[in-house]
Amino acid sequence: MPTEANSVDERIGTEPLISRLMKRPELGAIAGVVLVTIFFMITADSAMFTLSGILNFLTPASQLAILAIGASMLMIGGEFDLSLGSMVAFAGLFFSAAVVNFSLPLVVAIPATLVFAALVGSISGQIVVRTGLPSFIVTLAFLFILRGLSLVGLKLATGGSTQLRGVREAVEGDWLVPFFSGDAFGGFFAWLASNGWVETFKNGTPKVTGIPVEILWSIGLAVLATYVLLRTPVGNWIFAAGGDPVAASNSGVPVRKVKVSLFMLTAACAALLAIIQVLDAGSTDARRGFQKEFEAIIAAVIGGCLLTGGYGSAIGAFFGSIIFGMVVIGLTYTNFDQDWFQVFLGGMLLLAVLFNNMIRKRVTGER
Amino acid sequence: MTDPIVHMENIEKHFGAVIALAGVSFDVTAGECHCLLGDNGAGKSTFIKTMSGVHKPTKGTILFEGKELKFDTPRDSMEAGIATVYQDLAMIPLMSVTRNFWMGREPTKGRGLFKRFDIDRANEITMEEMRKMGINLRGPDQAVGTLSGGERQTVAIARAVFFGAKVLILDEPTSALGVRQTSNVLATVDRVRNQGIGVVFITHNVRHAMAVGDRFTVLNRGKTLGTATKGNVTAEELQDMMAGGQELASLEGSLGGTV
Ligand SMILES: Nc1ncnc2c1ncn2[C@@H]1O[C@H](COP(=O)(O)OP(=O)(O)OP(=O)(O)O)[C@@H](O)[C@H]1O
Ligand SMILES: [Mg+2]
Repeated sequence: MPTEANSVDERIGTEPLISRLMKRPELGAIAGVVLVTIFFMITADSAMFTLSGILNFLTPASQLAILAIGASMLMIGGEFDLSLGSMVAFAGLFFSAAVVNFSLPLVVAIPATLVFAALVGSISGQIVVRTGLPSFIVTLAFLFILRGLSLVGLKLATGGSTQLRGVREAVEGDWLVPFFSGDAFGGFFAWLASNGWVETFKNGTPKVTGIPVEILWSIGLAVLATYVLLRTPVGNWIFAAGGDPVAASNSGVPVRKVKVSLFMLTAACAALLAIIQVLDAGSTDARRGFQKEFEAIIAAVIGGCLLTGGYGSAIGAFFGSIIFGMVVIGLTYTNFDQDWFQVFLGGMLLLAVLFNNMIRKRVTGER
Repeated sequence: MTDPIVHMENIEKHFGAVIALAGVSFDVTAGECHCLLGDNGAGKSTFIKTMSGVHKPTKGTILFEGKELKFDTPRDSMEAGIATVYQDLAMIPLMSVTRNFWMGREPTKGRGLFKRFDIDRANEITMEEMRKMGINLRGPDQAVGTLSGGERQTVAIARAVFFGAKVLILDEPTSALGVRQTSNVLATVDRVRNQGIGVVFITHNVRHAMAVGDRFTVLNRGKTLGTATKGNVTAEELQDMMAGGQELASLEGSLGGTV
């Protein structure tokens, strides 16, 4: 073997940090968060960036993030799920019926709802991997099927209404409630208030009584998903399955199992959101999760996921959701007409896609 | 001669109405390089894909170390100790060299829930294996899409050599390689064979085949035209067999024997 092979190749320059960072898929979303923050710092009422203002936009943002993180993993794996929003309604119905009509305790109802949703998700997953049909069309069908089933099911469960009430009463006193609804760290905030470190009302109770649990759930999910994607063999399989399923399968990656599991995971994320929302509202209705699938996919794309699969980031989807929440809620703090929201969103999406496309060309060295 | 590691008996493969393989028998023993030659579309790739678990044969049996085996997925054949360099390389351009190298067989550290991809070790071994093949990478995190065709091919070969415990299948591994890398690959085939691994080497290039082959099987239109052992066949005879004899002979004059 030639000895020169062991010497350093003189054609290799050191890559500057900036250009290495440029290759991280979530970079665009983080830059977007900074830009949107600056924008609202200038245009919005200062109340937006107080502690309660921040929690005010982080709460819907993190609810979206729970969906978007699942959607981003599925997108990296090369598939879509358009039935996510309908799944929120369907799982919400299952969960509500379990606690109201069947009086199950949460310790049974919550796992049952997650498993049930995952099983439904595995149906679309199995259809996609077995037929090779685009997931776009298969899950579009499930968008309607699940929405319709939610309506029919609600009427059956309530005797004609499309809203199922009484969840709050049914779960009253259940020890699992604080993990899925309300605010966490209430004691800590009360302690902060008693020391005068956070804003309080006249009677001494803090204006912010804690961190809404969905924020903690979404952060936990984002960290876990990122760990799985970047640091485990399964993460490598997800990127491979999305990048080129044939090459991945030929290299020994169980592509079908990976894809079906991802469909199950996204469905379970939708169910988690349903549980949180239903416990929060005390009821469920058939419109729950309406059009959330698009918002989740947009957040994932803003977060750096390629529509073609094989590339993206879960933490990016988390930041994409924050952008989303900031824009929706932030506009109410400004003098702009609320309806600018859609324009803003479309613009963000377009920008993100253009940016991702550029990044992809850099990464693959496409010429 | 020792018993074959893999013995393929009367393999047929139909794709709908297309008969890609019409009864091919082939075997490879430990420590030999068995070359599979044939023109474009002869069925070479299809044949080795039945050996590596990508295609299920329509008919025929696969004996692995004397026992009949069915490979349902490429993973099954890998676990039996067969590694393959596919003609299309089976690499993912958006992923790094390391991630491609270990795809499907990632090394792990930690236990139970904390079992994780051992990236440092993976990077180290990848760089080392690539160096052995005469290629210096910019870094193990370089995306495969940014590599040249030959570099890509070399990653695929290095990967298969690393994982090919018993049988190594190379489907036209030298087609995109320069002189130095080609001689590296041929030297690698020789080294691997001397370690007692059975090598199946597909090529169009008779000179490459003659350089490393112990046996030569020529495939034509889904059938074997016969197997020859080293020393009992000349490059010209193989060349003629591959091309179906007569046509090439009539070209010989105008090309001046350069093929
Ligand atoms: N998936 C498939 N579906 C239908 N026909 C196929 C398929 N794969 C291969 N074939 C056909 O089988 C025949 C053999 O193809 P194969 O790829 O095995 O040839 P080859 O000997 O590897 O050729 P080359 O030297 O060009 O690589 C060809 O006629 C091809 O069209
Ligand atoms: Mg071929």
